[in-house]
Amino acid sequence: MRNIATIARRELGAYFNSPIAYVVVAVFLLLSALLFFSALFIQQQADLRELFDGFWTTLLVAIVGPAVTMRLLAEERSNDTLELLLTMPVTDWQVVLGKYLAAVGLFAFAMAGMFVFAATVAMIGPLDKGPAFAGYLGLFLVAATYMAVGMMTSSFTKNQIVAFIGAVLICLILWLIGKVVQVFPPTVQPLLDWLGMDRHIGNMARGVIDTRDLLYFGTLIASCLMVTQATLESRRWR
Amino acid sequence: MIHVDGLTKHYGSVAAVKGISFDVHVGEVLGFLGPNGAGKTTTMRILTSFLAPSSGRAEIGGFDVFEHALEARTRIGYLPEGTPLYRDMTVLEYLKFIADIRKIPGGATRTRRLKAVVEQCGLGDRLGFLIGELSKGFRQRVGLAQAILHEPEVLILDEPTSGLDPNQIVEIRQVIKHIGESKTVIFSTHIMQEVAATCSRVLIISDGRIAADGKPDELQRRAQGHMDLSVEVLGEAPAARAGLESVPGVSSVTPTEGNDATAQGCHRFLVVAAPGQDPRAEIFRMAAHKGLVLTELRREQASLEDVFRSLTSGAKSAGGADHSAVAN
Repeated sequence: MRNIATIARRELGAYFNSPIAYVVVAVFLLLSALLFFSALFIQQQADLRELFDGFWTTLLVAIVGPAVTMRLLAEERSNDTLELLLTMPVTDWQVVLGKYLAAVGLFAFAMAGMFVFAATVAMIGPLDKGPAFAGYLGLFLVAATYMAVGMMTSSFTKNQIVAFIGAVLICLILWLIGKVVQVFPPTVQPLLDWLGMDRHIGNMARGVIDTRDLLYFGTLIASCLMVTQATLESRRWR
Repeated sequence: MIHVDGLTKHYGSVAAVKGISFDVHVGEVLGFLGPNGAGKTTTMRILTSFLAPSSGRAEIGGFDVFEHALEARTRIGYLPEGTPLYRDMTVLEYLKFIADIRKIPGGATRTRRLKAVVEQCGLGDRLGFLIGELSKGFRQRVGLAQAILHEPEVLILDEPTSGLDPNQIVEIRQVIKHIGESKTVIFSTHIMQEVAATCSRVLIISDGRIAADGKPDELQRRAQGHMDLSVEVLGEAPAARAGLESVPGVSSVTPTEGNDATAQGCHRFLVVAAPGQDPRAEIFRMAAHKGLVLTELRREQASLEDVFRSLTSGAKSAGGADHSAVAN
């Protein structure tokens, strides 16, 4: 357990020692502020829902998430520092979880800046706290899922760009597949419908925290992390 | 302390390590000597449980490196080739990180260990520097520091002096030698002098197999089989040569002219003795008897380099066949 914390701490330090953390947080907050305030001023709507259920926000997270995680394992492999890390008395799982938690922590830090939006709405009129909370949670879970995907692709390759592009592709497929279900044969339609993220996000943005949706996010995250761990382990055998 | 049994590793269809077996005892400083691609790094990576062997097993301190990887790794300090460190951390941050991972208890113990290691590796002036800003020599020292921070029983170093200048090489060798006094050390190199200077035992690896195993001077002796003498005689060349050839136990005499050869009447010869013979005393007596002045009588050692070359190039051409002549 302590190992996970040690690794997470080091990873967070690495993020803040480089421009990555600052750029990511700044860009994310800027763009989400753009989305929120344009809805506020242009459409005269003090509504958080656009933010959480919107096309642009999900796209933003599908880009930011992989950007944060693309270096987690790819950089260690290309610098050969992975060899030292994996010969320390730590398990592969501790490495995976430690790094993942650091990435999620960084995003949580970025998200903290978003509470300004809720505060803004609260100043204008009564804030619907339930949906607001659910919306934030939903966005966080989407980001957590996208980052798990990003970590997985980072374990596949030494090249951070490849990891990034691969993750973005998978994230977009995950998000959009729910919308194009009709194209597929009826037997797989229910599965693909479930796999599509927009339905689950939609529930959360409306204020419904359904355990089925939580399970969805949990399953995806766990699957990606398991593949990551398996990839790390498989390298010992090559 | 270290037990390796029939270690084999295939990368796809290529066999990098083909059945290596050896034991290392506590307090030994073992040198892995071998050409590039011989399998030294692969063997080390298996010992540190970074890679899994295709077959065979290895034990460190009684713990199988595969079955009980965590226990084995706790007892090992490892410095991979190229000293891969986190360049965005400062030296002190990095060593503290290693102290955390190695579970060195906080407070007084940790401070004591950090101070000791910093002093031993000469990092006192560089603690606040980013590792990426350090010269190669200092990075190597940081690498060595992280390897010994937790006082492991076994130290495994992959080419610890590669890329260093002669001064730095001497310094690192001193550190290794000092550590070797109390711990078991394995380090790999393809530089002969290093092995002769630092190791108590040498393992010559070539083409994935052990070509020779023994103490450095033992190997030299075994490879040589006979004595080579450099003899300088003050006198007339033909008489000197005839005299030397007449000594029993001498199998051949070859003149080797140095720069000061004929000028002062000094003639240098390479005298090869018959196997097992030591004709130095007889040469001395012969010279005295015949009135020749011996200005120099020196024994030429087969260098470890000759041993190395004969074993490793031979292995490649013979397909790694028979090394029984030199191996244990």
